Parts: sequence; structure tokens; C-alpha cells
Amino acid sequence: MIGADAIVKCLEAEGVTTVFGYPGVAICPFYNSILNSDIRTVLIRTEQNAAHAASGMARLTGKPGVCAVTSGPGATNLITGIATAFADSIPLICITGQVNSELLGSDVFQEADITGAAESFVKYSYLVRDAEEIPRIFKEAFHIANTGRKGPVLIDIPIDVQNAVCNKFKYPEEVSLRTYKPTVKGNMAQIKKVIKGLEKAKRPLICAGGGVLIGEAEHKLREFAEKHNIPVVSTMMGIGAMPTRHPLYFGMVGNNGRAYANRAMNESDMLLMVGARVADRAVNQPEVITRNKVLVHMDVDPAEIGKNAGPTIPLVGDVGHIFDDLLAEEFETDSAEWLETLAQYRASMPIKRNPNPKYVDPAKFITMLSESMKDDAVYVADVGQNQIWSCTYHIVKNGRFLTSGGMGTMGYSIPAAMGAKAACMDRQVIAVCGDGSFQMSMMELATMRQHKIPVKIIVLKNGYLGMVREYQHYTYKDNYSVVDLSGSPDLEKLAAAYDLPFLRLENMEKAQETIDAFLKDDGSVLLECVIDPMDLVK
Amino acid sequence: MKKQIYSVLVENRSGVLCKVAGLFSRRCFNIDSLAVGETEIGDVSRMTIVSSGDERTIEQIEKQLNKKLDVIKVKTFEEQQCISRELMLIKVKYNKGNRRDITELCDIMKAQIVDMSKHYMMIQVCDTPERIKVMLSLLQSVSVVEVARTGTLALSKCMEQED
Repeated sequence: MIGADAIVKCLEAEGVTTVFGYPGVAICPFYNSILNSDIRTVLIRTEQNAAHAASGMARLTGKPGVCAVTSGPGATNLITGIATAFADSIPLICITGQVNSELLGSDVFQEADITGAAESFVKYSYLVRDAEEIPRIFKEAFHIANTGRKGPVLIDIPIDVQNAVCNKFKYPEEVSLRTYKPTVKGNMAQIKKVIKGLEKAKRPLICAGGGVLIGEAEHKLREFAEKHNIPVVSTMMGIGAMPTRHPLYFGMVGNNGRAYANRAMNESDMLLMVGARVADRAVNQPEVITRNKVLVHMDVDPAEIGKNAGPTIPLVGDVGHIFDDLLAEEFETDSAEWLETLAQYRASMPIKRNPNPKYVDPAKFITMLSESMKDDAVYVADVGQNQIWSCTYHIVKNGRFLTSGGMGTMGYSIPAAMGAKAACMDRQVIAVCGDGSFQMSMMELATMRQHKIPVKIIVLKNGYLGMVREYQHYTYKDNYSVVDLSGSPDLEKLAAAYDLPFLRLENMEKAQETIDAFLKDDGSVLLECVIDPMDLVK
Repeated sequence: MKKQIYSVLVENRSGVLCKVAGLFSRRCFNIDSLAVGETEIGDVSRMTIVSSGDERTIEQIEKQLNKKLDVIKVKTFEEQQCISRELMLIKVKYNKGNRRDITELCDIMKAQIVDMSKHYMMIQVCDTPERIKVMLSLLQSVSVVEVARTGTLALSKCMEQED
């Protein structure tokens, strides 16, 4: 057995089903060995998307997504994908080929110091120097990626190490890392304090972040909220932790969120931030959420607690475990009046839009689309105006809502949707992007076709980088700079080039029948929706 | 702004210094001084980092250090809770007129003259960071050619029982 065989064996031992990647000489031993395995390989068309596809897969399976690329430019192209996963705490195993160990540091062809370059975007990284270390390193890497605060782990493997003999292959059962012992169980004394607070609270509120979904605790959160009648709001990454139309759910917070959700945050007297970073887009003024209220901050990462807002009750641990402990305790809460107030806010603070009837109204369209989508469908939003419209108007039933929250990486939706679809072929997976973000990942139409990953794609086309145009509209009084997307391809012809069925919706007249045709079977479709170029999210 | 000393036990591996220093620069934490060396355990190094910031920064530094997987243990202390020392080498140009003043100053400050040529001498001081500063300012009247400092080293004061 050689090192490359050992890598494949490790992936098999971890139950990996799919590797997204792009080969080059430095990773060829690995791609040769994987031919002897049942692990599926997907040739992505640019490395960044290998990480996004692995991210989509990880978010649906709850296991680290795996991508493997070559050294030098292959590895550096991967960085944006790694950073995107890091910002949203998505577990990834990123394997990069590297030049011969003896040549390391001599700037030979396609050498890049990838462990150095990616340092601030990885949870941990390894440069493998000895093939015999491969089993231990992979065992550790999978453990690190998928425990505590999850995140990407990079494993850089020189080509000679992949080719070196590895005699003593034994996949370890346990990891022993003296420096890494994430806190799982919440401190009981702190949990008791939370309960005491909730008993006294008149206006309790839970704000669910992405950690709830990454920690696979959404059902426990729901059960807890229902048991005690506590209303829930969410951050963008927390969308889907509660079904959108759940009577206890009051929308997304933040500067792009619902006004009534923000009002609920500000007026609550006991706020449970759960698996949320309290970052700027969700909580514009952290000092407001610490004022006049008991702030409980639950997070698996102790460094997040107190980073942006000083909580009254810090509570470190895995959110699922904490909810188990909270559910095991019996106590009374009284929030009837508060829920009434919030329902009033919700009813009296609708979003005022004035859609141009000549175009597709993205707000109405997205709501109609979600009504028609399957109960457990996966909706992947890209970045830009489309993301804000998706956050605001998509209705999650019992499916998932995926997007790049922390990093806001354009082009995320198509590869992430591919990863999600490859993970759950029986689920409906829809990527919704703008014409800017679509063009950042449209090369993946070939991957979809080649590997038969039938993602459905919607392009909200307005001919502009809409989010930036909107910013320039407000900030620079319509002095548009470098936001005009004319020159974009004819999407119908493009779809034909990839044998992809195509639909176009020009206004709301035929919206429902177009949506029905779009969702009709399980195949890929490209749907172009023509949006008013001057439409705004605010 | 509060001064804080972090005594950080780390895995003695290549790249660890870079990771720790990178953490400080990325998150805009100050490094007033940083000293690294091996410890009594072969595969463990100790980094002594002096930093300053407001309460939240001081706490964040400790938490972020603890997050690094190559960090084994972080101890923090303020100056009065530990014994701290710094070593400084100073090369000065002397002349007949000030030679005696310099040697006298060295006597008072418990500094040693460790090397000498016709016009230059090298002084070694090993003392608390506070007194190192004093020594340096006292030598300002002399023409200082070069200075090298180790940065602060510190260990917590001896207790009745050590963990």
C-alpha cells in the first residue's frame, strides 16, 4: 500500500461517499488510488466550487464534505471556498496535493505554501511529511472538523508522501489530542440560571443562529419553544431552524431582516442567543441587545461569547445538549401577553413594496415558488439582492435554506446545491441566484450534466450587480460604477449548449404555470426571471 | 489600556509561532513583546507574550489563543502576580570623559560590561522590564549604537502548592 491508497482507505473508514475536486500532477497518486474505491468522484470546473459543493453536502449530511485538488493554483483557488466554509462553521476536509517534500520551499512549479496561506481560514491544517502518519492525521482531521465549533481542516500532502510505502495501515479508533477538548455539556449551574430567568421573564425571546442547524438541534429548539411558548427569531444562517409559518416564529433579524423581528429583539427582557455570533449584519448595535435585558449567549465556541456583546449568562456547550438539559427541567413561563404584542407587530409592520407590473416581482415569485416546493425541499440562495429577497420571502416548511452568510460569497448557490443534491438525490434542490452570481458559477452546468446531478436553477436577471447598484443608488445618488452586466450570455442559448431545459418568466402573469413546469419532474431546469433593473430590496 | 502577560504552552512544532503571531496580527491585538523557548518537556515550548488592550481585548486574546489547536495551556497574569525578567544587550560608544560614568551606572544598575574595544563597550542587563526601561533611559546621554532585547520572560510566583 502507498500513501495515496491509505488516504482512500481513511475516507472509506469515515464513510465518505463523494469527493469533489480537480486533479493535477501533485494529486494524481490519490486520484489513481480512488479508482479502486466505491467513492464517487465529481470533476468540478473550478476549485473554489469543489469546496462549495463539499459544503452543500456537509450541510445536508452533517458529516464533513470532502474536496481534493492539486498543488499551487489548485490549492489557492480553493481558498475562497475554505474561507466561506470557515465563516459559516461548515465541516470540510480539504485535501491538497503538494510538490515533492524535498523541493518544498524552493518555489518550484506549482508550489504554493497553502497551509500558510489558508491559516486564518482553517480550523486546523496539516502538512503530511510521512505516509505512515496518514491514518492518524485523517482520523484527527475528521474529528476536528466535525466537533466543537465545526470548520474546514486542510491536509496538504506532497506527491512523494502519496507515493511512499505505507506498511502499517491501521485506522485509529480514538483520537488523542491533548490540546483539543471542546465543551459539549453546558454548565448545569448556568442552565439553572437560564431557567430562573425564564420563569421571571415577561418577554422572553430565542434568537436562533446557524449553530442550531449545524448542531442538528432544530427539533429540540422547536420542542423547547413550543413547550414554553417562547417566540423565536433567527439570523440569516438560522433560517429554517423553525418553519417560517410556525406561529412562534417571527422572522429574520438584522439590517436586512424584518422590522418586527428587530423590534422583538430590542423589546425582549430575556434574550437567548443560540449558536449565533452576534455579528454586525444580524445585530447592528450589540449594546442595544445588552441593555434592559438578560442576555443569555449559548455557543459551543467560548470565544464567541462576549466577543461582540457581553452576556449576562454565558453558556458554553453544544446547543443540542443544552436543549436536552433545558427540556428535562420542568418550569413555568408566562409569555401570552408578549406573544400577542408580537403578533400585533407582525400584522402592523408589513413590508411595503411597489412592484413594477411589467416585470417579475421577486417577492411574490419567491413566495409562490416556496408554496409549490416540496415539504422537505432544499433552497440554496446565492449572494446579492437575490439573497435578501430569498431570506425575506422564501417559506421554509420542513426543508433547508442554505446560503453563504458570513463570507457572502457570490457563486455559492449552484455548487452548494450540487453538493446538497448529490447528498440527497431524492430531495428537491433549487439554487436561486442573480445574473451576477450565476455567471460566477455557470461553468458548473457542465458538472451537473456530466455527473447527472439535477439541480434546478433560477436566475433572477436584472442586468445589474443589483446589491451594489442599490448601494450606489442610496450612497452615490445613482452614480453607477462597474455594476452594468450587459454582455451577459443569452441564457436560453446557454441552456441549449448544455442540453438543459429552459424556461423564461417575464412578468407575473404566467408565474404559477411556469413554477409548475419548473418543478414538474426531478430534472434540471434553468428558469430565467426578468426582474426590474431598478428594483430594490429596501 | 491594561497590560497583560500570557504564558502560553504550545506544541513544539514548526509553524506554531507563525500561527500564534498571525492570530495577533489578524485580530489587531498588540504584541508588546514575545519570547519563545523550549521547556522542561521536549515537545512543549513556552511563549511569553506581553500584550495590552481593554478588558474585552484581554479576554478575547486568551479565548482565541485557547482556540488554537497547537496551544496546550494559556496562563495569564498581571505584572504583580509573576516574576518577570528581560535580558538586554546594549552597545555604546564611550570616551575618556564618560567611561567612569558608564561603569558607575552599571554598578548601580547591576549591569555587566561583557565586551569592550577601544571605543565601544557592550553592557548586559538582566532585570525587570521596568528597570530595563530605566537603564535604557539613563544611557540616553551616552551614544547608544545597538540594542537587543529578549522581550519579557515570566513565570507565576512560587506557591505553597504548584499544579
